[in-house]
Amino acid sequence: MAGLVSGLRKRPPKYSAAALAWKGLRGQSWPRVWRDCDLKRSYDAVVIGGGVHGLATAYYLARNHGMTDVAVLDKAYLGSGGSGRNTAIVRSNYLTPEGVAFYDRSVHLYEQMAVELNINVMFSQRGHLTLAHSDASLRTMHWRAEVNKLGGVNSSVIGPDEIKKECPSLDTSDHPRYPIQGALYHPPGGVVRHDAVVWGYARAADHMGVETHQKTEVTDIVCEGGDGPDGKGAGGRVTGVRTNRGDISTPIVINCTAGWASLISTMAGVRLPITTHPLQAAVTEPVKMFLPTVVVSGSLHVYVSQTDRGELVFGASVDPYANYSVRGSLEFTEGLAGHVLELMPGVSRMRILRQWSGLCDMTPDYSPVMGFTPVDGFLVDVGWGTYGFKAAPVSGEQMAEAAATGRTPKLIEAFALSRFEGGELVGEKGAASVGH
Amino acid sequence: MLLVPCPNCGPRNSTDLRYGGESHARPDPNDASPAEWRAYLYLRDNPAGWLRENWYCASGCRRWFSVERNTATNEFREPPLPGDKRGGAA
Repeated sequence: MAGLVSGLRKRPPKYSAAALAWKGLRGQSWPRVWRDCDLKRSYDAVVIGGGVHGLATAYYLARNHGMTDVAVLDKAYLGSGGSGRNTAIVRSNYLTPEGVAFYDRSVHLYEQMAVELNINVMFSQRGHLTLAHSDASLRTMHWRAEVNKLGGVNSSVIGPDEIKKECPSLDTSDHPRYPIQGALYHPPGGVVRHDAVVWGYARAADHMGVETHQKTEVTDIVCEGGDGPDGKGAGGRVTGVRTNRGDISTPIVINCTAGWASLISTMAGVRLPITTHPLQAAVTEPVKMFLPTVVVSGSLHVYVSQTDRGELVFGASVDPYANYSVRGSLEFTEGLAGHVLELMPGVSRMRILRQWSGLCDMTPDYSPVMGFTPVDGFLVDVGWGTYGFKAAPVSGEQMAEAAATGRTPKLIEAFALSRFEGGELVGEKGAASVGH
Repeated sequence: MLLVPCPNCGPRNSTDLRYGGESHARPDPNDASPAEWRAYLYLRDNPAGWLRENWYCASGCRRWFSVERNTATNEFREPPLPGDKRGGAA
């Protein structure tokens, strides 16, 4: 029924330069992009978390598998969590063959996204430099470059002279305390306008009949047959969710939250190998373009890119202790400024406009936890640490396939929760801890 | 800034300490099942609220201690206990 209704609904106007000029000249306003719906009593599937991962999952459920009776629930507004707090970097130069294949698919989907979703996501593939300041990190760069080449990903190790050519503002001399010895250069890497990705998926999913429910907080997950209290836990199955707007019955619940992944999974009796840490980021005042690539330094705990508006966007590593508060700290700004000046002494007079933080669900091996859990019908797409944004399209595609077919797709087999039982961890710390 | 109450050194900035994560009792290696080891090694409660956790006073007394902190508000409560359940000397 829902599919029929969505098929009959008038499609909203396409975004284009001509439409912009036409509406601008005639003073017309744009229609609302997605609907506000009443919460139904039952859905074929419920996605918890209205960020890029949840919306992408709902989009691919509808587009690839014809499942349109889907609700996306978010306790705040769409894109209010990590989707709007990340530093918008996309790349695929990972360390493990599993990681490289997975993130490369994501880069591929990002390349098609603007056309597919009819929204300008401003994907700027400006190149990505991961700097090495020691023999050990240079060795890891060579290792990553070889794994990348085997996986068909464009990556190579370059020396200080070539780095200077790509990025003249970097200090490649031997004056700094940790001189730059080389870098992993990854030309397809770049930045995306992250809000547009959220809006694009929400709009496209809404067109196909998916309902997005904002300000709808999940308070409990209803299960039966499990070995824990209230039928939760291993061996049971999901029958519905409770929210602050009423109860929903559904056979499939997909946890696409970040920051709250452990708390939501606990509602179904599933414990996760996750601790939540905030990650802080900051942005400077806008200046003329001078930084042509994304620059990352794992040794100095900093990554930086310049937006199209001219601001420098910085990020760091996660705060050292588990925390659910998103308050900033002076230690972060101090450390960041010191490290950035080590790399680019020329920016010493720039002022930081603001800083913010987002919650990162860290796993022991710096890889996500995706797919099925011991509770039937409860799927997780969590543990996205500091690398969730770049993986959103492929995660949505693969999670939708898992939920619709009941089988784990090959691309995410390595990221199953059960890998911790057999000790088959996918160690990505060398490529993911600071290298966003 | 987070002031961590070390039982020996008093309140110290968190940058002086090393975070040791959630405090869990270590299972007995002689009779623990693989599932218990897995849970001890990897699975975490990760609550948004009160959490008993371990800290190492790296720049001070160089001892481990365990303390309760609220992970949503960063308040500490009750006097911290010296030593931790991972077998470190008090």
